[in-house]
Amino acid sequence: MKLAPRFAVLLATAAVVAGCAPQTSDNSSSDKDDQSGTLRVWLFQEVGNDPKAKVVDSVVAAFEKAHKDTKVDVEYIPIDTRAQRVKAAFNDPKSAPDVMEYGNTDTAGYVHDGGLLDVTKEFGAWSEAKDTDPTAKQSVTVDGKLYGSPFYVGVRALYYRTDVFKDLGLQPPKSMAELAATARKIHKAKSDLYGLVVGGAYTYGAMPFVWANGGELATAKGGSGGSYTSAIDSAVAQKGIKAYTSLFTSGNCPAAKCAVMGGNDTITAFAAGKAGMAIGGDFSHSAVEAGKVKGKYAVVPLPGVASGSVAPAFAGGNNIGVLKSTSHRTLAVDLMEQLTSKATQASMFDAMGFLPTFTDVRDAAAAKVPFEKPFVETLAAGTKFVPASPGWSEIDSSLVLPTMLQEVISGKKSVGAASKDAARKMNDAFSSAG
Amino acid sequence: MLVYPIYQLGLISFFQYTQAQVSGGEPTTFKGFGNYSELFSDSQFWQVLLATVLFAAACVVSTLAVGCALAVLLTRVRAVPRLVLMLAALGAWATPAVTGSTVWLLLFDPDFGPVNRILGLGDHSWTYGRLSAFFLVLLEVVWCSFPFVMVTVYAGIRAVPSEVLEAAALDGASQWRIWRSVLTPMLRPILTVVTIQSVIWDFKVFTQIYVMTNGGGIAGQNLVLNVYAYQQAFASSKYSLGSAIGVVMLLMLLAVTLVYLRLLRRQGEEL
Repeated sequence: MKLAPRFAVLLATAAVVAGCAPQTSDNSSSDKDDQSGTLRVWLFQEVGNDPKAKVVDSVVAAFEKAHKDTKVDVEYIPIDTRAQRVKAAFNDPKSAPDVMEYGNTDTAGYVHDGGLLDVTKEFGAWSEAKDTDPTAKQSVTVDGKLYGSPFYVGVRALYYRTDVFKDLGLQPPKSMAELAATARKIHKAKSDLYGLVVGGAYTYGAMPFVWANGGELATAKGGSGGSYTSAIDSAVAQKGIKAYTSLFTSGNCPAAKCAVMGGNDTITAFAAGKAGMAIGGDFSHSAVEAGKVKGKYAVVPLPGVASGSVAPAFAGGNNIGVLKSTSHRTLAVDLMEQLTSKATQASMFDAMGFLPTFTDVRDAAAAKVPFEKPFVETLAAGTKFVPASPGWSEIDSSLVLPTMLQEVISGKKSVGAASKDAARKMNDAFSSAG
Repeated sequence: MLVYPIYQLGLISFFQYTQAQVSGGEPTTFKGFGNYSELFSDSQFWQVLLATVLFAAACVVSTLAVGCALAVLLTRVRAVPRLVLMLAALGAWATPAVTGSTVWLLLFDPDFGPVNRILGLGDHSWTYGRLSAFFLVLLEVVWCSFPFVMVTVYAGIRAVPSEVLEAAALDGASQWRIWRSVLTPMLRPILTVVTIQSVIWDFKVFTQIYVMTNGGGIAGQNLVLNVYAYQQAFASSKYSLGSAIGVVMLLMLLAVTLVYLRLLRRQGEEL
């Protein structure tokens, strides 16, 4: 028992030190508003980034010309590690950028973390803002305040193999029931192809089925609290889950292989010529073009429940926002507007194929490029967005929805039980995130 | 160096500490045992804990069995096969866990893997079923951790005076009998060390599960504590809950080790 006294001392020290809390960073908004100096910008590094960089360079050049003694330092950050980079930026305001591109599903989480600047006033005063697509605007809105400007939108639609459809005398499906029937026909006739390739971890491929059946991820509780209640276990949502998970059969996409797939895996399979149909985004275009199926596919909007209708798609995409810690508030907001202006978005579309967030610019773009037509139609038919709650980041990263889908697909749980569990987890996340 | 991280781990586990607190969006609040009670009331935690204990136990037993058997084999073969076996084992040992896991996954791939082709299993997916996925990971864990056991035990056997073994053999003892009645008692300190090491390693297994089951398997069926903690702490940014899991793991491992040492001491063995 020699150790006891020493141990007691250690404990006592620990008790004293425990008085202090773990480290946090002081990320309060900066009061400074310098009118010159260097602005730091973080944009995402895309695959084939050069065209994007060219457009950005011209915007930056014009901006530096308009503002004397101002330099803009643009850095392209890898998408894979952006979460860590952004967290680090929030933790250490000194190394943080002034302006930053971010995925629109992260908005509420970043606002909750205290990282983004409220630009409601400036955005409202901006003359171009009135043409912004409502869903895109919703994706920068948290509790009625705006935290950035939409940069581009991305939606998913139905890719299909024109050669396979011609061989089998098939027409693109007009309704969800037809979609499932067509998928089975393809797999039956060509057993080495998945009919419609689906993934158990492909949340945004599954959600249109829920939305088309009238279901919702979550409903706002009302009031200004911005708090949500999960609706994933409602009867209509369950119908949608059933419709999606019933595609994981040996007659279309065997569960043993498809249950683990995510969105990228399904696109890879389609591009490699292993599927008759796939749910892919306008942003998947280059990946499919680079595959075996180049020139042998076309795209239509994903059909809804009623014949001829379009299933509501998830409105993905990116925004550009200003960080709270910036010491160049006016300049940074101005630069944000320049980077997301109508002119920039139009040239960004030409360069990268990013769909503009302004309805008029988007329509003009679609008229030029026929490939974009089904995507613009999908957007026009009405899109959905994830709940604007910080809880969403947690729901997303703790894989609540993929788990639910996989539980149903692998037969571990019924649709009712799995969706009730998912709803409980979602509600926990919504309430703990406040 | 050792105390400070553990101190921080323990400290954080008593607070509400998520990304919002780290970056200053919200104040840090003291939760007492709140994180722990949240953890213990979560049925998934208990499932994961049970899976981890069973999985680690299976890994430890298999690793020790394979390692010891091969160590005995090493003493019984000629120089050239011994060298080959040693090199092969060292190769497995030196392979980084991520690489090893990826290669195993590729071997068992339903579409391109040679294993299915040799066994004639068609496109059977090894990672789809819960047990079969755990089994696949177990194979990888054993593959990359048996060399340590083998080399250590081999060194131990070499240190045993050959007269003892000869005497046993002359008395007509079988190989198994020699192992059980002669070698095991003499090698007890070494076996203790490799067992504790294996328990610690296999209880904390992360890379293999993370890589081979794609972060925890279908619907999280292959989660083990370490991966679960990672999911909570970093993916979901709930650092405090992740810390609480870490503390629980630390205490469990300490307890296992202490109990084991205690048992040995009672049997009159000093380490």
